[in-house]
Amino acid sequence: MPKDSSIRSVLIIGSGPIVIGQACEFDYSGSQAARSLKEEGIEVSLINSNPATIMTDRVTADHIYLLPLTVESIEQILEERKIDAVLPTMGGQTALNLCKEADELGLWEKHGVRLIGVDINAIEKTENREEFRKLMIELGVGVAPSRIANSFLEGKEAAEEIGFPLVIRPSYTLGGTGGSIVRNKEDFEKLLVRGLDASPTHEVLIDKAVLGWKEYELELLRDNNDNVCIICTIENFDPMGIHTGDSITVAPAMTLSDTGFQRMRHEAIRMMRAIGNFAGGCNVQFSMDPDTEDIIAIEINPRVSRSSALASKATGYPIAKIAAKLAIGYNLDELPNQITMSSSAFFEPTLDYVIVKIPKWNFDKFHGADRTLGFQMKSVGEVMGIGRSFNEALQKACQSLEINRMGLGADGKQLRNLDELMNSLEKPSWDRLFHIHDAMSLGVPIKSIEKATRIDRWFLNQIQHLVQLEQELRRYSLGNIPRTLLDEMKKNGFSDAQLAHILGETVSEDDVRARRKQLGLNRVWKLVDTCAAEFEAQTPYYYSTYDVENESVVTDKKKVIVLGSGPNRIGQGIEFDYSCVHGLLAARECGYEAIMINCNPETVSTDFNMADKLYFEPVFWEHLIDIIEHEKPEGVIVQLGGQTALKLAERLEQSGIKIIGTSYGNMDLAEDRGLFSDLLKQLDIPYPKYGVAETAEEAIEIAREVGYPVLVRPSYVLGGQGMSIVINEEELEHAVVDLLRKIPGNRILIDHFLDRAMEAETDCICDGTDVEIMGVMEHIEPAGIHSGDSNSVLPPFGLSPLVVTLMEDYTKKLAHALNIIGLMNVQFAIKNDVVYVIEANPRASRTVPFLAKAYDVPFVNMATKVMLGANKLKDFDIKKRLEGWAIKEPVFSFEKFPNVNKELGPEMKSTGEAIRFIKDLKDPYFRDLYKRKSMYLSR
Amino acid sequence: MKLLEKVPAILLLEDGTFFHGFSAGKTGTTWGEICFNTGMTGYQEVFTDPSYFGQILVTTNVHIGNYGIQHNESESKKIQIAGLVCRNFNIAYSRKSADQNIQDYFIDNSLVAITDVDTRALVRHIRSKGAMNCIISSESLDVTVLADQLKKVPSMEGLELASKVSTTQAFDLGSADARYRVAVMDYGAKENIIRSLLSRDCQLRVFPHNASLSEIQAYQPHGVMLTNGPGDPSVMTAQIAVVKEMLEANMSVFGICLGHQLLASAVGVKTFKMHHGHRGINHPVKNLLTGKSEITSQNHGFGVDPESVKANPMVEITHINLNDQTIEGIRIKGKKAFSVQYHPEACPGPYDARYLFDDFIANLN
Repeated sequence: MPKDSSIRSVLIIGSGPIVIGQACEFDYSGSQAARSLKEEGIEVSLINSNPATIMTDRVTADHIYLLPLTVESIEQILEERKIDAVLPTMGGQTALNLCKEADELGLWEKHGVRLIGVDINAIEKTENREEFRKLMIELGVGVAPSRIANSFLEGKEAAEEIGFPLVIRPSYTLGGTGGSIVRNKEDFEKLLVRGLDASPTHEVLIDKAVLGWKEYELELLRDNNDNVCIICTIENFDPMGIHTGDSITVAPAMTLSDTGFQRMRHEAIRMMRAIGNFAGGCNVQFSMDPDTEDIIAIEINPRVSRSSALASKATGYPIAKIAAKLAIGYNLDELPNQITMSSSAFFEPTLDYVIVKIPKWNFDKFHGADRTLGFQMKSVGEVMGIGRSFNEALQKACQSLEINRMGLGADGKQLRNLDELMNSLEKPSWDRLFHIHDAMSLGVPIKSIEKATRIDRWFLNQIQHLVQLEQELRRYSLGNIPRTLLDEMKKNGFSDAQLAHILGETVSEDDVRARRKQLGLNRVWKLVDTCAAEFEAQTPYYYSTYDVENESVVTDKKKVIVLGSGPNRIGQGIEFDYSCVHGLLAARECGYEAIMINCNPETVSTDFNMADKLYFEPVFWEHLIDIIEHEKPEGVIVQLGGQTALKLAERLEQSGIKIIGTSYGNMDLAEDRGLFSDLLKQLDIPYPKYGVAETAEEAIEIAREVGYPVLVRPSYVLGGQGMSIVINEEELEHAVVDLLRKIPGNRILIDHFLDRAMEAETDCICDGTDVEIMGVMEHIEPAGIHSGDSNSVLPPFGLSPLVVTLMEDYTKKLAHALNIIGLMNVQFAIKNDVVYVIEANPRASRTVPFLAKAYDVPFVNMATKVMLGANKLKDFDIKKRLEGWAIKEPVFSFEKFPNVNKELGPEMKSTGEAIRFIKDLKDPYFRDLYKRKSMYLSR
Repeated sequence: MKLLEKVPAILLLEDGTFFHGFSAGKTGTTWGEICFNTGMTGYQEVFTDPSYFGQILVTTNVHIGNYGIQHNESESKKIQIAGLVCRNFNIAYSRKSADQNIQDYFIDNSLVAITDVDTRALVRHIRSKGAMNCIISSESLDVTVLADQLKKVPSMEGLELASKVSTTQAFDLGSADARYRVAVMDYGAKENIIRSLLSRDCQLRVFPHNASLSEIQAYQPHGVMLTNGPGDPSVMTAQIAVVKEMLEANMSVFGICLGHQLLASAVGVKTFKMHHGHRGINHPVKNLLTGKSEITSQNHGFGVDPESVKANPMVEITHINLNDQTIEGIRIKGKKAFSVQYHPEACPGPYDARYLFDDFIANLN
């Protein structure tokens, strides 16, 4: 059936602030869906409370509602605007739940709004564990033995019947919240109570735990004519027992025969058809007994998900874009494949490469958190590596993680304690992958590793091959490495830095690079095209490998590279992706070929429609420099991709590559505390007394001078990593020793802490002549709570006009003194009417998207044009539109860490943010926030 | 394969293009027409599919051998491809039920293969230049010597190959109590065609490719299955004549792949050699009778000519390929005879088209 012409106006519901289990993949799906509908001439309205999203941008939708995701907001929209249909499948569980709630209240019916892309009954069937189980039994699809429990007593009975180990899964929760694996009776009662509590309906399903079974996910699309195709099959490297969001995953499935795969494919289609009638995306998870190959269904999600974002990036098939078209009536066989534009969208992508996804965790932010991985998702982001073998993809993913690793092992960070290693293999945490490698290096047989981890032997064999290659290389020196061996190692994803490490102390990464070039071993780039080259593709989506043919043809246009921000983590998330996307769009507007480099599959920046060319590669020196040498861009934009991009600036500078906007020297001036304080002194700007220490003794000396309390932190950090406030020498010593252990060789900054000071910040654009203060924000919480965890109010609500003027004045002075070309953020503390500058960040900050949304001004677009020298600030007519105040509220994911208290301090802990507009300061919400401002302050 | 024990090998194409790699399987030299399959699973089924007889297979999936070899998943008794080209040849596997690794399997079947090849570049080359003959060698790396050898390899066009893979003697399968008797014309039948019929209450007599109508009629079949097989249908005049007789005798006929081409030829439709064929398990096909689409398993280098089909008053188009609009299925007007270019028996591939066997059975009543 062609497009349903009765749908002229659609409301898309977003997923709200980023929390663990629901991240920027829904910005990717939401913005894709919005564009997909707009290209059909449909008027798109969008509700989302998360300002740091591309979906809530004017470039994406026609009408944007930055409102809390509540039925009241929905009602408000429906009263203001004629909406024909609502598409709730792009905003994760949050959107589905809101849609359901509105449905129960009869809102959709009252306003004549149709639900598209979803079937409310289908949601019910899939979210209610017992319904799901019954349906599977009816279909003859295997399920783990299980029982539903609505009370403590029922739960205990169920456990008696099923036996241990078992799994507790609360109904209607997200990312496995409240779920757990219970291995024995002793833990059961406590975990049962937690599960019952976590479920909004106080219902849990108690399943037999099929620990160690293989785990697979299928991504399906179905149209109104009941045509179904499978877009991607993802295999989990980590077997059952670890949440998929916390599992390393691989596509295509590596250890699955056609017999096994087709059985799963067929069951998945039957399951999707059985849950209801709807057109759109669907995710089905299966588990397979490795001995008998019996399969059981784990769950089905009738919406786009984290996995479908991954599947889209893994295959090149834009699931959300097509799902949106299906929702408005198109059938799959009427649409073209978006990559080839010649073949059909009713098609199952085939890969001639492997992708590996590795999650990124931030346990260091949650002191006391249980770091063991299990049924509850704990990771905050993810990376994807693409290669022409599993090992190449795996190592590229390791290089993308930004945990100071050069790949999988072979970088001097090996753990050699056998007991620790074996313990880590059995109790998986974030580093288990690395420990598998380390255990193999020590000679632990595959059989023992298989027994401890229950990871499929094929994967372990691959890693073993890496270890063997390392051992082989040790027999040689740089001068006599056989070309075949070096080629094999590069094909297995070893970085030049790893090879240099293996070859010994006298060999540098650059030496290896020179040698491999001499041997003619050069990286080539291949296309992600959905079809393994069967058809010609039109989209510029590349990854690198070591092979013969290079497909990335360099144009003669002027080019600029935008460096992405890598995996999401606390302190650096979606806000930076927002800036990168706008950087790309602005560069294109200026006539540049805009080239994106990033490795985060959840993001909009890695949507191949955003850049002229996308290199899905680690934001890692070796990959970056090879792309630069190939493309020869005019320069590289490092200001938009957070600290990830910024920290590559030094090496770019050293290699003679132009940094667009503020120079490396000036950025370094802002980042180097000593030089920066000297500058503040020169400019006559107050700053807290400080000193730099390299040992605990020096730190104590300095603390005496500057006076307690002091703020202790390593230099060059993000999101306040490792920061603490201490009040005496004993605490100080402890903090310093701890820091030096974690980050050896780092210098430690000791600042006098301005106790009970107020905090505020500014963001600005400078073009070398003029400075535009984008906004001044006052924090509700006092100094001591990281700015990212504070409620920021725009414009200031309590600061005197004099203080605000001083802040603006200091910002301008600093922008000129640092020769900023582009963006800068300045953090202030205000005590007794003295305005102190705490720090300046010469880059796009976390608050930039908030300001852009609150004032409705495309600041990043302007800043990029200024950086590129295409425009001066005076070219822009900046009209800030804001009635009343806007508050940027931090959102936390503490419920994922039951043992961690909600304590805030100088280290950032929030995972996301929401925007809230208030008319005046009498607003009850604001007053409540204000009253609670110091409640969670700790040190 | 141990490190650095790799034996260099070379793949040379008819147009002079060559790729370096390493030897896998048996050390030696082999030749045939090059083709690529895009399936991500099912390599063993493909190796043993008789339709691939005489062809050098390129697998686009980058790992091959990863789940081992399990003998009961073969589509015929031995490997049918003439050689394999792949990126990563994986000897180690993890599948518990597998019988052996791919290297031992290739040695047992004397198959020559080449690994570590830039298969994507090769596929792009075939995509633009078309199917052609090629030679793989791990004995000689001398391009001139190999080119001379390659010249002697006959072109696939005009080559009859069904006789090389067909049974030579008719034989019976299934229970005598089964409801239907089906004559299976073995032009190179895949095992799963046989299994699909047996599981639908059929007993079968499998006939050699050159069986006459009277031999077939002696079995008093309820219907005839024209199977898949290798080679150029246009030169199979004797077989086409027999199919024509079947139609005249109003027999119920179901053709798959080569069988489809023979059925079309029997009513005068022309066939042609495709540029590089369809091989994979993700080909979208629309059923024009139901309006539904299905994902199909395909393996063919020849096709029925669309113009010729459209001009033929006896033929109704039932299925088309959604990627390139080629003819995927036909039925003969006024007869109980239909055929599809793709493989409803799958193996490898999806279950989507299994209904065609049910349609055939329905015709037998």
